[in-house]
Amino acid sequence: MTKKITVNLITCRTIQQGVAMETGKTSQKYYDAVSIIHMHEDDMKKAGIMANTNVRVTSKDGSIVVKAVRTREDLVPGLAHIPMGPWANAIVSAYTYSTGEPCFKGFDVEIEPAENEKVMGAVELVQTLCYGEERKPPARE
Amino acid sequence: MTKVVTDVTCPFCGTLCDDLEITVSDDGKEIIDCQNACAIGSEKFLHVSKEGRVTRPRKRQPDGSYKEISYDEAIEYTAQMLAKAKKTLWYGWASTSCEAMAIGHKVAEKAGTIVDNCATVCHGSSLLAIQDVGVPSCTLGEIKNRADRIVFWGCNPAHAHPRHMSRYSIFPRGFFTTKGHKGRKIICVDCRYTDTAKCADEFIQIEQGYDYELLDAFRTVARGEPIPDVVGGVPKEKIISAVNTLKEGRFGVIFFGMGLTHTLGRNHNIDIAINLTRDLNDFTKFSIIAMRGHWNVTGSGQVLSWQYGFPYCVDLTRRTHARYNPGETSSVDLLRRKEVDACICIASDIGAHFPIEATRHMAQIPSVCIDPHINLTTEISDVHIPVALVGVEVEGCAYRMDNVPIACRKVIDPPEGMLTDEDLLERVYVRLCDIMGDA
Ligand code: SF4
Repeated sequence: MTKKITVNLITCRTIQQGVAMETGKTSQKYYDAVSIIHMHEDDMKKAGIMANTNVRVTSKDGSIVVKAVRTREDLVPGLAHIPMGPWANAIVSAYTYSTGEPCFKGFDVEIEPAENEKVMGAVELVQTLCYGEERKPPARE
Repeated sequence: MTKVVTDVTCPFCGTLCDDLEITVSDDGKEIIDCQNACAIGSEKFLHVSKEGRVTRPRKRQPDGSYKEISYDEAIEYTAQMLAKAKKTLWYGWASTSCEAMAIGHKVAEKAGTIVDNCATVCHGSSLLAIQDVGVPSCTLGEIKNRADRIVFWGCNPAHAHPRHMSRYSIFPRGFFTTKGHKGRKIICVDCRYTDTAKCADEFIQIEQGYDYELLDAFRTVARGEPIPDVVGGVPKEKIISAVNTLKEGRFGVIFFGMGLTHTLGRNHNIDIAINLTRDLNDFTKFSIIAMRGHWNVTGSGQVLSWQYGFPYCVDLTRRTHARYNPGETSSVDLLRRKEVDACICIASDIGAHFPIEATRHMAQIPSVCIDPHINLTTEISDVHIPVALVGVEVEGCAYRMDNVPIACRKVIDPPEGMLTDEDLLERVYVRLCDIMGDA
């Protein structure tokens, strides 16, 4: 049985994400900098997650595979962080409580090991989530 | 011989550093080196000359692949789409110049679209609070020269505005701040021990999502009233000592970021941060500044405000007057509720930065993406129109996070035949007027 933990998730800018965005959103650098989740060591242990292996992160709005990494900027246990970008936004709710602004920080997610699942590329991810597995755009007259 | 262009403004973040030195090749076509910028800024400049840049518009084919088309065809598509749609969302603007915005708004007015900018997903909440309670503010220059108390609340300039601390807020020596860092007290409030927190004299680790409560406790202490032993995970003594530090300063400033605007409470968090600033003015001089992220997002708010009276979420669909109602006329809500039937994304990236439920609707409706580079929105749009890079290949005006306008330079020529935002939008306008007549 795989173990699951529930943590509070925030999404923020990192300098690596900022630099990689300028290199290009389709670049390997962007993929490496953004398709990750920063976790506290205690949480990793609790869920049986090894550093630099893939995990599945699920919120009430979606589910995504990213790579779990140990954080440089110290988190407290129970708090995890995905850099802003399409992977994070696959699980952020679009509900804005009538403010216009989604809640990018502070929502519950479940994290479980997913060593054998693949982390999708940025374009592949967005197109798959928008158009389904075949990534076929809508027909236009 | 290479040539060095001095006093170049960086077009990435809201700090708008204007002291960059860019070395360009003899023929003025290539950027060879970039001095003074941070890692993000130099990547922005050095990336321009890399291969693989798209220089002509592309149209999506039924199988999902993209085929090159001419600018004329792309302009025709855009104008026809605008004329046909009942309600178009025009989102973005943060990476283009104020001049281009003014032309874009002319098109938007003619077609009757919604005009919204990146504030809608970053500092929109701050704008709501400022409209409610006002804002005691100042410029970054004043902070450099006067401030001896700096608070970073829910922001991480070490990552998001890398040169902010060295140019303005922590390290520089100014007219009244001759001791630089030594003469300043830095307090950082965050739920993570960020790289910014590591530069602070005092780090206050708050439990995520308790900003309102903690700000309330700061206000209460400032007014000399009692507070509970622990607020938002922070012990009372720590709060009292922090408030005393702030009161003892000669000139203080609170910088706040998306740690306040993106959490539950949103505009109310900013509201109370502004009110704390007001309270502190009973003891000393205090200001508050939003750490606006995306380069010219502040400029978009400025241009929209002087044209229509509102800084974002502007609804021009009535044609007779502008409406403004965040929650209703905001991009994410419009897309989530499927209320728009066409979309233009300019100088921003919906695909990367909107929650997927909103992006998904954008991907279904007719759409045009105007951006110098391939991004995640271009790959779910019907047409991608590449344009010259503002601040690198085109000059223009942009606003810094403290609402100071700065003229940005052109450093190199854009690739042969590439249109600028201004040229493109002007041509769309002319074509749209042709199609719509006097309607
Ligand atoms: S701090 Fe911001 S404006 Fe200054 S060089 Fe870095 S990215 Fe550019």
